Amino acid sequence: MLNYKNHSEKISLIKEDKLSLRENVSFFLDNIKRNSNLNAYNFVFDDCLMQTSSIEQKIKNGSAGKLAGMVIAIKDVLAIKQQPLTCSSNILRDFIPTYTATAVQKLIDADAIIIGKTNCDEFAMGSSNENSAFGAVLNPVDKSRVPGGSSGGSAAAVAASLCDASLGTDTGGSIRQPAAFCGIYGLKPTYGRVSRYGLTAFASSFDTIGPFARNVEDIALVLSVISGYDEKDSTSFRTDVPDFITKLNSIKKFRIGLPKEYFAEGLNEEIHNAIFEKVEYLKKQGFEITEIELPHTEYSISAYYILTTAEASSNLARFDGARYGFRSKEDKNLLNMYVNSRSEGFGNEIKRRIMLGTYVLSSGYYDAYYRKAQKVRRLLKQDFDKAFEKVDLILTPTTPTTAFKIGEKTSDPLEMYLGDIYTTSANLAGIPGINIPIGKDKQGLPIGMQVMANQFDEVTLLSVAQIFNLSE
Amino acid sequence: MDSKYEAVIGLEVHAQLLTDTKIFCGCSTRFDAPPNTNVCPVCLGHPGVLPVMNKKVVEFTALMGLATECAINERSIFARKNYFYPDLPKGYQISQYEEPICEHGKITIELKDGSMRDIGIIRIHMEEDAGKSIHDQGSETLIDVNRCGTPLMEIVSEPDMHTADEAYLYLTKLKQIVTYLGICDGNMEEGSLRCDANISIRLKGETKLGTKTEVKNMNSFRNVEKAIEFEIERQIDILEEGGRIVQQTLLWNADQNKIIPMRSKEEAHDYRYFPDPDLMPVIVDQKWKVEISKMMPELPEKRRDRFIEQYSLPKYDAEILTSSRDLADYYEKILTVTDDYKSASNWVMTEVLKNINDRKITVAQFPVSAENLGKLIKMINENIISGKIAKEIFPEMLSTNSDPNVIVKEKNLVQITDTSEIENVIDGILSANPKQIEEFLSGKDKVIGFFVGQIMKETKGKANPAIVNELLKSKLESKREK
Repeated sequence: MLNYKNHSEKISLIKEDKLSLRENVSFFLDNIKRNSNLNAYNFVFDDCLMQTSSIEQKIKNGSAGKLAGMVIAIKDVLAIKQQPLTCSSNILRDFIPTYTATAVQKLIDADAIIIGKTNCDEFAMGSSNENSAFGAVLNPVDKSRVPGGSSGGSAAAVAASLCDASLGTDTGGSIRQPAAFCGIYGLKPTYGRVSRYGLTAFASSFDTIGPFARNVEDIALVLSVISGYDEKDSTSFRTDVPDFITKLNSIKKFRIGLPKEYFAEGLNEEIHNAIFEKVEYLKKQGFEITEIELPHTEYSISAYYILTTAEASSNLARFDGARYGFRSKEDKNLLNMYVNSRSEGFGNEIKRRIMLGTYVLSSGYYDAYYRKAQKVRRLLKQDFDKAFEKVDLILTPTTPTTAFKIGEKTSDPLEMYLGDIYTTSANLAGIPGINIPIGKDKQGLPIGMQVMANQFDEVTLLSVAQIFNLSE
Repeated sequence: MDSKYEAVIGLEVHAQLLTDTKIFCGCSTRFDAPPNTNVCPVCLGHPGVLPVMNKKVVEFTALMGLATECAINERSIFARKNYFYPDLPKGYQISQYEEPICEHGKITIELKDGSMRDIGIIRIHMEEDAGKSIHDQGSETLIDVNRCGTPLMEIVSEPDMHTADEAYLYLTKLKQIVTYLGICDGNMEEGSLRCDANISIRLKGETKLGTKTEVKNMNSFRNVEKAIEFEIERQIDILEEGGRIVQQTLLWNADQNKIIPMRSKEEAHDYRYFPDPDLMPVIVDQKWKVEISKMMPELPEKRRDRFIEQYSLPKYDAEILTSSRDLADYYEKILTVTDDYKSASNWVMTEVLKNINDRKITVAQFPVSAENLGKLIKMINENIISGKIAKEIFPEMLSTNSDPNVIVKEKNLVQITDTSEIENVIDGILSANPKQIEEFLSGKDKVIGFFVGQIMKETKGKANPAIVNELLKSKLESKREK
């Protein structure tokens, strides 16, 4: 069992000899085995036990990095040198990268212990973690239900105490939605806050890397380590990284906006009520709550699926069987090799999105789809810019429903896509968002509340999350 | 060409830029490395890696833009050109499509009749090269990705040329500019300069363009000329026979001197260009533009005009000397040793160029240093050796690049300018040849040549010819008086 609430308590216990890091890591490894039916991990690094004594020593002599001994799982779309990088796809089943993603390297440099790579939707495309060549991940809260996706394994691993924290990626909600379904914290940082180097691209201008944890302090701690400009990623920002930890409790009376478009038809009543309970709580705390407008919200899903599939169709072109990855045995000529390798190597959802993306970029359709969606993206960004002139934070549900049953939506991709209605806008606008677990519905399924802040204002985001973290 | 018709030609030229490293990663651009050794996860297109812009590529391309009077766009963006091919690891080529870095320039060519013509430049943009597919090694196709990510600059001309000759002149001029700028070695045979031609024909006086074809694979300047000529004739023949030109891509086959179809319009790729989300827009602000313009060397025309002005050279000389930057540099280096501009020009245009052409070497490979050639010219001017001796020792300089002073000393070739010494030789020759003196006195002036020859033979060519002439004439004249 875990007898610490967050990482700083863990460090204290280790320093006071009340916790052995080796036993702690063994606990996680055993727990992973006990819960193997969750299917949260694609790969478990049993040999990470070997690092424990040296890190424990560092902790005791005060030379340890910020994340010393934190046991972290990595979504299997992020590269770790000499470890498999499958993206939960058959097309990369045997691929071993020769490089490590910058975000992961920063964790390693801060003395974190990387315990394994987590299952996810293939190439991070999906909202249920059912699109995986390694099989579906089960929700630890209710094993008949999905954990959400695409970072379902990372969320399930944290929710089921199979690690201290994990990294996921969020292109349209892939951190916040599974965090909501599994009842944990999950943060999508500002686009450009964390280097994408080593993250297998799904939609390059949307992809972000962020942490899952069971408490806000650990979210802030991991974020502070993985953030920052990286010369290997031209789209990472040269913005200073604030000290997220010390600023956690600097709570001011923020102005909070409730976008009316997010509380309209389609929102589950229990979620609606749970959120307004929290809104009342914030009001009582003296926060200014106002209704705001994000008028282009209704176009966000369409724009999102046009732009992300366009980028994906190009990003995934490299998986062609020619140089690495899976190649079909039916490869008697070039066209054969391409068609068969990609047909056999990719799952259906990937093929669906590649076809959609190829179509919207085709000559004759580019202006009607891609260019128009780019315009919508700019308008959505302007919606947020205007909103953030009036409020510091925007509060919404994370998902329209709680976790759904495995298999419930697999036959209807469009319904699956519509589940992303509250999360895609943050990626279109490049702003940060967090899922805050705020309780459970009558079936005992976690309910998530999303808070979004202006670009690079994760400090405000985290400090409001901390209010709920402390009130638990 | 049939005088009824006029050809319309536009060229797309790809120039490999002489940067040390690739356009989006730190790999070397060396072209002679073993296959698949100048590679890294970025140029191999592995999952998760990202391109990082090489600033030098921006500077070189902007420099070309400035040299061709293009507008340098403050903001330009990269796009992805999507197509599948095994030597294209990412499945797309990073190029520029909408918003290229340079637009609306020109290159001026001089036609055979001496008149000048401006060929418009539509755009110049940056892009990465693909790898090489090697098809002639048994039944398998081999891929060498060393070239992947080598920086290219594409220069797209307006359809302003009307003959193969004009295309040839444009291309030659373009090569001269890139080599002057030091941004490309301009070698078409090795592929560091590649040219595709868009060709159509129309009746003279017609303003509408005809259907064009694109000719590729012309890997020398001569082949460009030949291929364009061939294609113009082919199109005319089709029209004359009542046929229609089909829009298609054609390949020039240099071995067979003919054109073969590659793909038709129906088979043309839809490249699905869109802005590359992995790269930020390239911003060339005023400050950077000024820095880049400071890298601008003196361009050929300017240098030619300066040579005419500063060194009083005939236009013909100046034209040849400035034809390449290396040659002009070589010439001006000679002038650091001697100020005999015209002699230096003569030496370069005859001995030096003859040698370079005969041996098929470059100026850089020419064995005699400009300093040593300058010294040689100086020795002639200072009467240390004669021009004849200089020509005699030049071959040795070619094989050893020795200081001519050393050669002259070692071989004891210093010119005799001492009049009494020369007088002695003349007296000896005259007294030994009374018959020839008689001939002279009877009016046969030509016999002077015989005496000079004898004197030179006696002095092993070292006697100063001017002094010999003067003394010989006065001695012979004095015999007439007697």
